[in-house]
Amino acid sequence: MNETIERYVAEFRAQATRLPGARLPWLAAAREGAIERFARQGFPTLRDEAWKYTALGPIEKKVFPLAQADLGKVSEVGAWLLEDVPHRLVFVDGRYAPALSRVGALPAPSLADSLAEVLARAPHLAEPYLREAPAAGAFVELNTAFMADGAFVQVGEGVIVEEPIHLLFVSTTAGCVSHPRNLVVAADGAAVTVVEHYVALGGGGYFTNAVTQIAAGRGARVEHYKVQQENVKAFHIATVVARQEAGSRFDSHSLSLGAELARNDIATRFDGTGCETTLNGLYVVAGRQHVDHHTTIDHARPRGTSREFYRGILDDRARAVFTGRIVVHKDAQKTDAGQINHNLLLSRDAEVDTRPQLEIYADDVKCSHGATVGQLDDNMLFYLRTRGLEEGHARDLLTYAFAAEVLERIRIRSLRNRTERLMVERMAEAERLKELV
Amino acid sequence: MSLLTIKNLQAAVDGKQILRGIDLDVQPGEVHAIMGPNGSGKSTLAQVLAGREDYQAVSGEVLYQGKDLLALSTEERAREGIFLAFQYPVEIPGVSNVYLLKAAVNAIRKHRGQPELDAVEFLQLVKARMKSMKMGEEFLYRSVNEGFSGGEKKRNEVLQMALLEPRLAILDETDSGLDIDALKIVAEGVNSLRSPERAMIVITHYQRLLEYIVPDYVHVLSRGRIVKSGGRELALELEEKGYAWIEGGKAGAAAGAVR
Ligand SMILES: Nc1ncnc2c1ncn2[C@@H]1O[C@H](COP(=O)(O)OP(=O)(O)O)[C@@H](O)[C@H]1O
Ligand SMILES: [Mg+2]
Repeated sequence: MNETIERYVAEFRAQATRLPGARLPWLAAAREGAIERFARQGFPTLRDEAWKYTALGPIEKKVFPLAQADLGKVSEVGAWLLEDVPHRLVFVDGRYAPALSRVGALPAPSLADSLAEVLARAPHLAEPYLREAPAAGAFVELNTAFMADGAFVQVGEGVIVEEPIHLLFVSTTAGCVSHPRNLVVAADGAAVTVVEHYVALGGGGYFTNAVTQIAAGRGARVEHYKVQQENVKAFHIATVVARQEAGSRFDSHSLSLGAELARNDIATRFDGTGCETTLNGLYVVAGRQHVDHHTTIDHARPRGTSREFYRGILDDRARAVFTGRIVVHKDAQKTDAGQINHNLLLSRDAEVDTRPQLEIYADDVKCSHGATVGQLDDNMLFYLRTRGLEEGHARDLLTYAFAAEVLERIRIRSLRNRTERLMVERMAEAERLKELV
Repeated sequence: MSLLTIKNLQAAVDGKQILRGIDLDVQPGEVHAIMGPNGSGKSTLAQVLAGREDYQAVSGEVLYQGKDLLALSTEERAREGIFLAFQYPVEIPGVSNVYLLKAAVNAIRKHRGQPELDAVEFLQLVKARMKSMKMGEEFLYRSVNEGFSGGEKKRNEVLQMALLEPRLAILDETDSGLDIDALKIVAEGVNSLRSPERAMIVITHYQRLLEYIVPDYVHVLSRGRIVKSGGRELALELEEKGYAWIEGGKAGAAAGAVR
């Protein structure tokens, strides 16, 4: 066991009795099991297939103490609000901040609250999801051991929650870690949209290790947006695990814009027939940023449909990894899976590793995949310049257009506009691109 | 003063010489047609004039309004009034037609010292032009050329030209792929731009277009050289005898005979 791991274990021993739900035997046992498995396996290394291109040295070398949330540090969150999203739960350094939050009335028995609060008042609601946490590697174990708070969103049978629920995580403390844990549960026939949004106050580095579990009942629809806008010194590791029952639909959007090192594991499993999923993603990195998306679609049952649309834009010496794993089980006939990953390199020093991983054990399936890594198209640049646009303007315009193909898929208007504006602001020619948004 | 003077222009792509010595003089107000078989170098000439960087001028000289054209960047040429209607207009997903049109118009207005148009003024202008080109307004909000039919792309090129009001317009096979109605609309668009200070180089494979856009001069390009020049009647003669007539003899000898 290396020193960092020992420190985490020691911290767990010191903190365990103070963590939320400490008096719940099933939760204490789950945490205990998790820290033991973490201590045994340690951090993933480049020898792990799933981590082949992402070195965790910077995270492993440093011990990040648990952030001690001081809710008073954040007095307002106006800069990050989504105007057309009335429900919001705000977390400061991983802890729920009621004064900054606002949750409108949801039709009973639906609920959107702090997970710590639910563990205190109605732990049986969370128990089915936390008792048997998904076996998804060291970071999920670490999260299970230390999780202190997060959002608990539950939507009752047949209830359609029209308005999205905004979960805003604000990090304020340099050098610390927070382990947000979110549960999103849509009962049969229910529908809900959740925006999980990570931002920072201040420029110091920190570590976010988030886990979100999503359960979609029969015929349910869950739309999940993950917006990662950590500061450029931060480490962001996040795992999204969805389980889908028959006829359900799960749409995921991952917008990865910040952090020095970001890893997103997004996985869904079809536990019933006729499930659908679409995984959309956009990563935009520059400088020495590193972003890694590892997606898994587990077609465990027949007649499932999955689509993946991922795009990346890399500048300077940035690095990106995309892994699209699609597993089609033996009896998952009539599976229809398609995956596309396009990468735009704006610099010769940027680097992308993109790999589809298809494991197909059924014979009556449609599976397609495609990946490209390229530069801006010379014909397009020439065409724009013959119309009088300066080269820099033409380049920024084409870069923006490349991203816009993913942004168009964002269905929450304020989030789409906000992300479009962010993209434009990153450009040298921002002034000239303003009217695009 | 000549608007455009090309002297012994030789150009290469990827080290392969394509233009082998072009001479051409264009005065303001003139329309020059360039005809020639496929692969003779017509589009190469057009692209070199518009400033495509992967086409290198190996030797020769091009003067535009008395200035060294080859020393200008692509966008400077556009701003100085050169417009190329592409043989194959480029599809640009994610960039709306209206954005490009407005950016182009304002880039050129700014260069000419005219005030930039705001959104309202611009829409008024563009909608009027589109109407005369029989283009629906939905064109504005579609991505540039994406999913356009061949005819729609060509019409879009002529619309751009009409908005940018060039001094020298180069139309590269703007007639190809057009049915007769579309051809008439495009020709009307072009003819409405004819003026004493504006010149046009109309590249075409067939003489059909020249019935609608009547040229002052016709040049025949073959294997990277202008091998024959004449008036309007040359196009008819070509149509009758076919390009074999030009290519039959030694290209060099034919050129000698004409010049
Ligand atoms: N990008 C290129 N690379 C190599 N050869 C080219 C390129 N573009 C054109 N050519 C060649 O140059 C010659 C002239 O082409 P082009 O100018 O397109 O002819 P035209 O327009 O008269 O049909 C042809 O032999 C063509 O194959
Ligand atoms: Mg051509």
